[in-house]
Amino acid sequence: MATLEIRDLHVTVEADNATKEILKGVDLTVKQGETHAIMGPNGSGKSTLAYSLAGHPKYTITGGTVTLDGEDVLEMEVDERARAGLFLAMQYPVEVPGVSVSNFLRTSATAVRGEAPKLRTWVKEVKEAMERLNMDPSFAERNVNEGFSGGEKKRHEILQLELLKPKIAILDETDSGLDVDALRVVSEGVNRVRETGEVGTLLITHYTRILRYIKPDHVHVFAGGKIVESGGAELADKLENEGYEAYTKGGASE
Amino acid sequence: MAEAQNIPVGSTTAGSIAVAAESTVATRMSAPPSFDVQDFPVPHGREEEWRFTPLERLRGLHDGTAVATDEGVRVEVQAPEGVTVELVDRDDPRLGKGGTPVDRVAAQAYSSFEKAGVVTVPKETVLTEPIRIAVHGEGGTRFGHQVIELGAFAEAVVVIDHTGDAVLATNVDYILGDGAKLTVVSVQDWDDKAVHVAQHNALIGRDASFKSVVVTFGGDLVRLHPRVSYAGTGGEAELFGIYFTDKGQHQEHRLLVDHNNPHCKSNVVYKGALQGEDAHAVWIGDVLIEAKAEGTDTYEMNRNLVLTDGARVDSVPNLEIETGEIVGAGHASATGRFDDEQLFYLMARGIPADEARRLVVRGFFAELVQQIGVDDIEERLLVKIDEELEATV
Repeated sequence: MATLEIRDLHVTVEADNATKEILKGVDLTVKQGETHAIMGPNGSGKSTLAYSLAGHPKYTITGGTVTLDGEDVLEMEVDERARAGLFLAMQYPVEVPGVSVSNFLRTSATAVRGEAPKLRTWVKEVKEAMERLNMDPSFAERNVNEGFSGGEKKRHEILQLELLKPKIAILDETDSGLDVDALRVVSEGVNRVRETGEVGTLLITHYTRILRYIKPDHVHVFAGGKIVESGGAELADKLENEGYEAYTKGGASE
Repeated sequence: MAEAQNIPVGSTTAGSIAVAAESTVATRMSAPPSFDVQDFPVPHGREEEWRFTPLERLRGLHDGTAVATDEGVRVEVQAPEGVTVELVDRDDPRLGKGGTPVDRVAAQAYSSFEKAGVVTVPKETVLTEPIRIAVHGEGGTRFGHQVIELGAFAEAVVVIDHTGDAVLATNVDYILGDGAKLTVVSVQDWDDKAVHVAQHNALIGRDASFKSVVVTFGGDLVRLHPRVSYAGTGGEAELFGIYFTDKGQHQEHRLLVDHNNPHCKSNVVYKGALQGEDAHAVWIGDVLIEAKAEGTDTYEMNRNLVLTDGARVDSVPNLEIETGEIVGAGHASATGRFDDEQLFYLMARGIPADEARRLVVRGFFAELVQQIGVDDIEERLLVKIDEELEATV
């Protein structure tokens, strides 16, 4: 069973000619089949955790370890991490002009699966996945994220999640900027992947709203660059009622 | 309309649409067109037409110090049956009909060549095989003149290949009879040290179609000046360009479409990718719609993709309109970067860095490559683009 283990992770970022520590000792274990929600106020370092795990060059790891099934993730290049089974659904997916969605998806699936998918089954697979996400077929011919609405970008991220079938999926504020209908469609996509039991999900969010659609097994409160409280789904209810105030005042925040 | 996005530091993208009684395209040149090099002062680099060009790398083409060598540049013409291939003297009446040199190097070439090449496709002759002209440099210096003339309703594809190492200044005239169709592919696949300066003059007959595909990969300095004018109404010009500017290279394309007759069309699309320190691409797109050219339909576009830091693009579209009685006129210029965020996004989906770059660059050029319409050239271009990418990643 695939397991992502994060131990005492420290991460810094360069900003305004100064080095700033954002993550200050994160400990977390995510197993295949589990769903963990990481909730926290703005600026708590949630997204830094997501991008550090994916290997974004902006962030420097200064301490700790991250392993996937015992393999050292921090030693891997960005593309190697993806091929090892890590997937990051991004909050702000970037435009890639000149590259069509269909070409992008196929290139990506070929890289992750280690061989080019058979054309006939592939076309069907993509078509059906797009239908389930209420995406128009013309979408495949557009350039990656170019001119996409906020909702289209998120659907496109979840489409990739469904096609690439990672071991560990990190969803960085996938709910932000979505109206209720889009949120439901996107959440259903995530749930389809979860129901296979083959993915461990790390759901990063500021709001409790998405947790009505995607039920977490574990909820962690993130503040001041680390996890300050962990619990079950009931912890989300507490946050819904009381907000993050208790965590940001008590000296846990930076 | 002009648009400019994501301009890298140190670049200019200045667009303008001028509605004027007097053309600034003509008046901003430092001297009027002439066949005689003496009519042009030696440029010092601040002139409008020379301000982007590193004169010190022209190997003396601009100041009279370049001397033609007897050997060292070979020109070979391969033509299918029915085509006439000649070498003619300077006084041949067919020379210089396409256009007049507009700068000192073009005039130097016209004043200095000894024999000119003339390739003629007789009227109503439709070729099924391309005419191929191979220009291969072995370290020599050459001033050349080439005429390609199609009679009325003739159809031909001409591929001009430039390879090796040379210092070359030429004028190339394309003369299209009424209803003729000519596609010219000029490939600049030079070695690293080559210097190539050329003026291309297309004169498009009534209802004739001209397609020019300029492909520039190599050379230390390449400066091309494709120009189009119309000999009658109903002519069409498509000017496509692809360039891949590497470390230290200067590649400059200066286009002019002179709508001097009514009801003609022109469509200009140039796309370039740049990579490496001091890679410098210059694109000047001048379109002039003269007062008598009612019914004109024109569009010009330049797109650049900057792949690494240290590269520079200067892109200047310029449209001058002397009549409002036209079908359409527009221009666009944009320079984008393949940046770290795009690379991260593609890599985060398992795609290795070099493949990510290839995906983006092939995608960028693909649409334009498909419009060339000459199969073996399209294939060769895609291979070449991949080679260029592999050379530096």
